[in-house]
Amino acid sequence: MSTTSPTALPPGCEAPDFELAATPDQTLSLADFRGRPLILAFYPEDWSPVCSDQLALYQELLPEFRRFNAELVGISVDGIWCHLAFAKDRNLHFPLLADFEPKGGVARAYGVYRATEGTSDRALYVLDGDGIVRWSYVSPVGINPGADGILRALEDLEKEAD
Amino acid sequence: MSTTQWEAVLTVPVDEERDHIEGPADAAVTLLEYGDYECPYCGAAYPIVKEVQARMGERLRFVFRNFPIVTSHPHAELAAEAAEGAAAQDQFWPMHDLLYENQRRLGDRDLRSYAEQVGLDLDRFDAEIAEHVHAARVREDFMSGVRSGVNGTPTFYVDGVRHDGSYDLETLLATLERATSER
Repeated sequence: MSTTSPTALPPGCEAPDFELAATPDQTLSLADFRGRPLILAFYPEDWSPVCSDQLALYQELLPEFRRFNAELVGISVDGIWCHLAFAKDRNLHFPLLADFEPKGGVARAYGVYRATEGTSDRALYVLDGDGIVRWSYVSPVGINPGADGILRALEDLEKEAD
Repeated sequence: MSTTQWEAVLTVPVDEERDHIEGPADAAVTLLEYGDYECPYCGAAYPIVKEVQARMGERLRFVFRNFPIVTSHPHAELAAEAAEGAAAQDQFWPMHDLLYENQRRLGDRDLRSYAEQVGLDLDRFDAEIAEHVHAARVREDFMSGVRSGVNGTPTFYVDGVRHDGSYDLETLLATLERATSER
């Protein structure tokens, strides 16, 4: 039923570790999310129209994600000050990580870097509490992938845990 | 080809009792919109839907469900609750139309004046808005949209299948006419 992009890491893979700036003086790493599902939303750039709609939708859905004890982070190649201004302007209250130096390094590790554009794909990952990829999806860049796939993946994780 | 890996179909079918509907239950085709009262794209779609309705008449059933994205549109939630408050007094469509015709004026006082214009019992309306009586219904609409593949507003469904094409008048009409001939 689900298809995985040829480049994104498929379900079952161990998710590559990362440590990225979430604020000017704080970093977040994969290890910080151990024990709970983590949604990684790679997106091309702050401020572009589709990104904003997509992230606004996820902001609305934070209570739903939290019902699964899941955390959400956005990741793009933008710098941390750009992220802060963007998050403030758009009322986003989840971490936006700066995959800024080396540029796109984490996106590359996750197989979702677009070298020609110098940005990441619009890609979604759901990781379990052990840092294993449980679902991944790469959307056409101009298309907002919505949230149904994330919720389905979280539901599947919860069913397995029962 | 759908834009998600799953076929985006309506997960909560149209319910004549529950939904806000214009047009006959046995119409040749059903157009459903998930919309946000403060979203400018929905505002742009509003006269297009009206025109489609005028041209297709009784052959079309139109359904509206709430999808307020408050993160972007701070007035959208209360506007949706106001429309539901009007629905509770059988005035959903007049209120819906007023909201879209006055998209830039959706403050609390504006909503109350629209409620007055459509002839609502204002004491009841005020109480329901203050207590967020209709918030659960709005959220139910919103989540049904999320689970049906709504990824922004407006999102349209034609006979329960997400319409991924443009919603300009010609495209929408052509899609609906094609659906009627496929029956």
